[in-house]
Amino acid sequence: MVDVAHDVCPAATADKRPVTFRGGLFLPRTHRLVGFAALVALILLWQAASSFGWMSPVLAPSPGEVIDALRRMALSGELATHLSASLVRLAGGFAIGGTAGIAFGMAIGLSSLVRSPGATLVAALFPIPKIALLPLFILWFGIGESSKVATIAFGTFFPMVIATYGAVDNVDRSLVRMGRSFGLSSFAIISKIILPGALPGILSGMRIASSIGIVLLIAAEMIGANEGVGALVLAAGNLMQSDRLLAGVVVLSLLGLTVAGVIGAVEKRLLAWR
Amino acid sequence: MQLIADHIAHAYGPLPVLDDISFTVGPGEVVAIVGPSGCGKSTLLRILGGLEKPQAGAALVAGAPPAASLNPLTFVFQDFALLPWRTVEGNVRLVLEGHGLLQAVVADTVRDVLARTGLTDFAKAYPKQLSGGMRQRVGIARALAARPAVLLMDEPLSALDAQTRELLMDDLVQLVSAEGSAEALGMVYVTHNLDEAVRLADRILVLSRRPGRVRETVTIAGDRRARRSDDPELVRRARELWDLIRADAAEADRELADGEAING
Repeated sequence: MVDVAHDVCPAATADKRPVTFRGGLFLPRTHRLVGFAALVALILLWQAASSFGWMSPVLAPSPGEVIDALRRMALSGELATHLSASLVRLAGGFAIGGTAGIAFGMAIGLSSLVRSPGATLVAALFPIPKIALLPLFILWFGIGESSKVATIAFGTFFPMVIATYGAVDNVDRSLVRMGRSFGLSSFAIISKIILPGALPGILSGMRIASSIGIVLLIAAEMIGANEGVGALVLAAGNLMQSDRLLAGVVVLSLLGLTVAGVIGAVEKRLLAWR
Repeated sequence: MQLIADHIAHAYGPLPVLDDISFTVGPGEVVAIVGPSGCGKSTLLRILGGLEKPQAGAALVAGAPPAASLNPLTFVFQDFALLPWRTVEGNVRLVLEGHGLLQAVVADTVRDVLARTGLTDFAKAYPKQLSGGMRQRVGIARALAARPAVLLMDEPLSALDAQTRELLMDDLVQLVSAEGSAEALGMVYVTHNLDEAVRLADRILVLSRRPGRVRETVTIAGDRRARRSDDPELVRRARELWDLIRADAAEADRELADGEAING
């Protein structure tokens, strides 16, 4: 048997003191309600500032006025016109840029033939602010929808390529080796091991690419469009209709949140295994 | 079916890792390969399974594989290599897909191998929900589903704690002792754990330090089902093996990763 000494607290040691606690690890807790309250407080503060006349109603309308402007635009059908024009451009551009980006990213990630030239081209073209190419796209495709869709497609293509091939690189090669060792075909390895393994990285690339897409959408609509949320915001600014301007900004904020929410929901469903 | 290592030699660049390795594994036989780290054990196993090409010599097979074998030479990996997005069942199913099997046959096979590895209740669980021991059972179930002739085991218990290792070793003993026919499983078992080698193997190939050569082939007689890990005879044999590789292991321990020795 092991001898256990029960001399837990020897009387002789007079200067007992607790061991210093050193466990604080900078792990902030999240409180949903507190976050929401902060948002509400900001809006209330803004409303108060307007109501008490601290801010000029022309330059900074109150939240109530913005909501009212939003309501009027919604009722007149103006909002639907602008929003649908924007959504069509964003969806079209992102669908083209995203699909092509994933395909090209997969090719860079899987093929030595594509990798060096592909990765170099992407590294060289990625830093170009894509909006600078809009005038060129207008020359090529005209002032209509195509040039805007092309700008969004081009702008979302690069982040998707980079995210996809990074994600493919990060797929555990021991899983690929396992697939090979069981005699799986290359197609089966790509579709059943590499693609699902790269999916988390591809989806987080989509988050980044979609927000870039929204920025480009608005910029393109401000340069040459009659319809679209970007055009609405620009026109309202030119006419000093700051309530309509901010209403457009609110719509954009909601658009961004919705797109992020949709991607989040897809992530939750496809990546439940995590 | 027999798996034959025929004078296999290999090098990574200027660094020789294997030199003139020859042995044969038949049905129902377990050959363990032990040696100090860096002796090329895992490389040898990958060559045997066709995952790497040797620079000289060859890995050969002779005879017919078991009936309906999907993958005569099948690996069990140290890191389990399970797909985290598939359930236990889905991981086993992976190796049955693409062979044009009937759904009923697939379902039967999955049920059978999960039962044999004690995983029936875990069929719908994801790998991350399982303990290390259970994950390796999935690796073994998946290997069995492919109806192998020879299992290529690459340190299968090395990522597990001592108690789990003991439990899984009992299962492995049962597995390779189950059938006595020409369809019985053969096994090449790479390990650095000498106790595992003496528990499981019929023959133990002791490799020398880089480049790995067969320094000695040790035969362990007797039914492996009757062996116990604390059997004095087995403890003595493990001790002998350790004496064989001790000096090499100490030297390997002091070596840099690129194979350069520290001088002075």
